[in-house]
Amino acid sequence: MTTEIAGTRDVPSWRLLATLGIAGAVAGLLVVLVQGWAEPRIESHRAAVLEAAIMNVLGEPARYDTLYVAETGLSRRPAGTMDAEADRVYLGYDAGGRPVGYAITAAEPGFQDVIRLIFGYEPASGNVLGMQVLENKETPGLGDKIEKDASFVAEFEGATAPLAGVKAGAGVGEAGEVDMITGATISSRAVIGIINRRLERLDPLLRTYVAEAAP
Amino acid sequence: MSAPATRREDLARGVWRENPVLVQLLGLCPTLAVTNTVANSLAMGLATFFVLLGSSVLVSSLKRVIPHQVRISAYILIIATFVTMADLLLAAIVPDIHKALGAFIALIVVNCIILGRQEAFASKRPVGRSALDAIGMGIGFMVALLLMGTFREILGSGSLLGVPLFGSGYEPWVVMILPPGGFLTLGGILLFLGWSRQRRGPAPKLRHWPHGVTTGRAG
Repeated sequence: MTTEIAGTRDVPSWRLLATLGIAGAVAGLLVVLVQGWAEPRIESHRAAVLEAAIMNVLGEPARYDTLYVAETGLSRRPAGTMDAEADRVYLGYDAGGRPVGYAITAAEPGFQDVIRLIFGYEPASGNVLGMQVLENKETPGLGDKIEKDASFVAEFEGATAPLAGVKAGAGVGEAGEVDMITGATISSRAVIGIINRRLERLDPLLRTYVAEAAP
Repeated sequence: MSAPATRREDLARGVWRENPVLVQLLGLCPTLAVTNTVANSLAMGLATFFVLLGSSVLVSSLKRVIPHQVRISAYILIIATFVTMADLLLAAIVPDIHKALGAFIALIVVNCIILGRQEAFASKRPVGRSALDAIGMGIGFMVALLLMGTFREILGSGSLLGVPLFGSGYEPWVVMILPPGGFLTLGGILLFLGWSRQRRGPAPKLRHWPHGVTTGRAG
């Protein structure tokens, strides 16, 4: 039943090298072909997810602009070279062309791994407009409620920065209060901290840009 | 054994009697790690099935070309190619599931069910029989994953395929979708299978070892 396997006898080393060399080349070619097909789809999916998130946290604006963050302020053009990793924010406009606020992405370590999120922010009032977690590896069933628990996500809508996490139900009604998730205090605090620290750096830039844009 | 009987045997063996997970106890790492929902189990099962079938067919058809001394490297190269393709295809077609499975797709490369089938079966048998064996083992792996995923999703999230089963009063048994829940579920299933085997009467005469058994039991 068992067929004889090629090469139970001695095989010259060049044949071993040639076999693996050819196999490697064919494997590489296949992977490149599949990658060529898949890459644009993966990229467009990523872009669609980001766009949906921008729309979501800004409350469905009519359109939005991409602005690049430089040391001194925001600009429509990336500073220097066109860098795919360049830091950027998204300024949304309502149907009448008035700015409604910025969508800002941010990422920092949470309880288990980096939490990546996006939030809407309106500099004139200092209000957060909404928050959506884009990527998290927090504990399933507990920490991942920062993404899945609708009531926690809703806490951010209309809260005034800087945010302060309070135990659920223990708030005294201040504008920056966000009820944290019972059993996921560290993840909740991480989300709040990520937003506060990101705004600490960006807020002055956002305010000056609004002043320039609306003379 | 007549030819059709052999074929049926090649196909059926892996599904239950020599199930790669439940009997041979191979490939436990993905079994424990990604079975917290039925959808994840299904995607992992399908990806592994695709890799196993592709590798078995290719290894079996190339068995005369690949020199004995470099066969393991060649198998790994073939498996890795299929895994990379599966990884990219999942990312392009079902991005959400790809995100949920994370690194475990790439780790199919070191799933010892796959390398085990190449070394123990596909490298010594005709293409047709190797394909049948791969299909059987692939289905067996999927059966095990779905069994785990169903238990864990119902108990740990109170849902099946994302559809809530119980009212809002149900408090999910969260530990079941965490790693300890994987061990508990697998242990429970193996305990039940062992118990029911014992109940069926005295153990049958020890037959030959399952085809896929290798000395290492990791991964």
